[in-house]
Amino acid sequence: MTKEEILIIDDEPQIRKLLEINLESNGYKVTQASDASMGIKLAASHPPDLILLDIGLPDKNGLDVLKELRTWFSHSIIILSVLDNEDSIVEALDNGASDYVTKPFRANELLARIRSCLNRNKSIEQHTILIFDNIQIDLVARIVKNNNEIIKLTTTEYKLLVLFAQNQGRVLTHQYILKEIWGPGYQKDTQYLRVFVGTLRKKIEPNPNKPEHIITESGVGYRFN
Amino acid sequence: MKILGLHTIPKATQSIISILSILLVAFLCFYTVNYIGYQVTALILLLAVSILAMLFDIKPVLLAATLSAIIWNFFFIPPIFTFHIAKAEDAFLFLMYFVVALVNAILTYKIRETEKKVRDKEEKENTIKLYNTLLNSLSHELKTPIAAIIGAVDTLKDNDTINESNKSELLTQIGIAGIRLNKEVENLLSISRLESGVLKLNYDWCDLNELVNIVINKLDDDLKGHIILFQQNENMPLVKLDSLLIQHALYNLMHNAIQYTPIGTVINIQFHMHQEDCIISIKDNGQGFPQAEQAKVFDMFYRLPMHKTGGSGLGLSIVKGFIEAHKGTIKLISEEGNGAEFIIKIPVETSYLNKINND
Repeated sequence: MTKEEILIIDDEPQIRKLLEINLESNGYKVTQASDASMGIKLAASHPPDLILLDIGLPDKNGLDVLKELRTWFSHSIIILSVLDNEDSIVEALDNGASDYVTKPFRANELLARIRSCLNRNKSIEQHTILIFDNIQIDLVARIVKNNNEIIKLTTTEYKLLVLFAQNQGRVLTHQYILKEIWGPGYQKDTQYLRVFVGTLRKKIEPNPNKPEHIITESGVGYRFN
Repeated sequence: MKILGLHTIPKATQSIISILSILLVAFLCFYTVNYIGYQVTALILLLAVSILAMLFDIKPVLLAATLSAIIWNFFFIPPIFTFHIAKAEDAFLFLMYFVVALVNAILTYKIRETEKKVRDKEEKENTIKLYNTLLNSLSHELKTPIAAIIGAVDTLKDNDTINESNKSELLTQIGIAGIRLNKEVENLLSISRLESGVLKLNYDWCDLNELVNIVINKLDDDLKGHIILFQQNENMPLVKLDSLLIQHALYNLMHNAIQYTPIGTVINIQFHMHQEDCIISIKDNGQGFPQAEQAKVFDMFYRLPMHKTGGSGLGLSIVKGFIEAHKGTIKLISEEGNGAEFIIKIPVETSYLNKINND
């Protein structure tokens, strides 16, 4: 099997070195760019499987780089950012970022995000039964089981759970979820989302106070594991 | 003098007011001069100049002094309606009037200048003091973890004989130092966001039960035998808050309680709605705050005396800043030896949508 390729676009040599060692020791092939123009050139001449893009680049705003890459690059782009400013994260996600990691990040967390993004690239084939630990979703029969017991979900709860399940490991912004489930025009009505996530958690989480499946990304959205 | 602070109004306006008041006083005196005599008029005009000197800058006052001298000469000293002074004593009186009016204006001005200098100096000294406290506290809080990191790395690098368990201990220490450094930097960034006034609130609907659970889960690593009690409030509506800022505030309060109370202390968190306000209480049964310290706990860089526990003394001022950014208040109720309770009160928009049965 050929090694999957990751392109790092970050101006900090220390961060690049750290990522290089970490990623190579985990079996990935790594290429590097220290600024936006070099990064875009590398991505174009030799498209990688995934790009780690720093949002604070010297020559160009990372968000603009993201938009430019997204006009032709369809594989995953993970944003690295020191700004834990929710607005910029939401903006990046709305502009096609596959995921985001804020610096300082834990290595295992970054690796998990990378794996999850790369798997998404591959798994185009449709499963009709999705399984997550205690939860089993039968998309054909529209039946959800928790520990092998059928649980009763409302139509909205079911739609929400399926949306989450089909985007496992990926952070979904509030606006995206509202648009997918309730349709355009409801993007501001996050209170609906809170309510349904609350009731859904009570039905599927082993401990709703310490959710394992529907994880809150404060100020951004939710991630399903 | 800054009693009225009128010297901040523009000079031109000050001059106009000065001229008008002298004219008004002179006008009143002109109609009463038969009863009070022209010498008393001089004193009344001088009083007017003195009052102006207390309020205004030097130039308008000098103008008023000169104008009043001319008016007194022209309209009051016999023969009136001429600048001619008949009696030698009147000429002497006029000269004296002029000098006293000028001296009055200049002296008052000088006093004001000196006061301003003293004030500026005090302000500067306070700034330097605050700056020094900041530097001391910062250099300690930032350099300790940095020292730990550099020291541990050097030891790992130069030492071939170091055993596996020590190696892993040093690595753990590097990790802890990094986390500590990150926390301090986050606090500093929060403070500078608050101080610079660029903090923009991101209001969104929050389920406080969920929010508190997130904070409690985050505190898992910090718990050292403390007990956190949280009874969910199922009647709580959704409230509009900046969820990240409130999480940060509650985290700081609870983290503080853990840092400054003995093992086994119970920390109780609860909340409810009271009219339009969301009330959050964080209460512990630790040793409480000494009466004398309670007023200072929210001050920047404040740390409880006699405590070895680290911290930059920014935690509670951040809490206060974040709560006040929500137009809320926070107060501390504590009796030494009898625990402490922080009570947060924030006016909030509510939604009872979560109480509607959606089955």
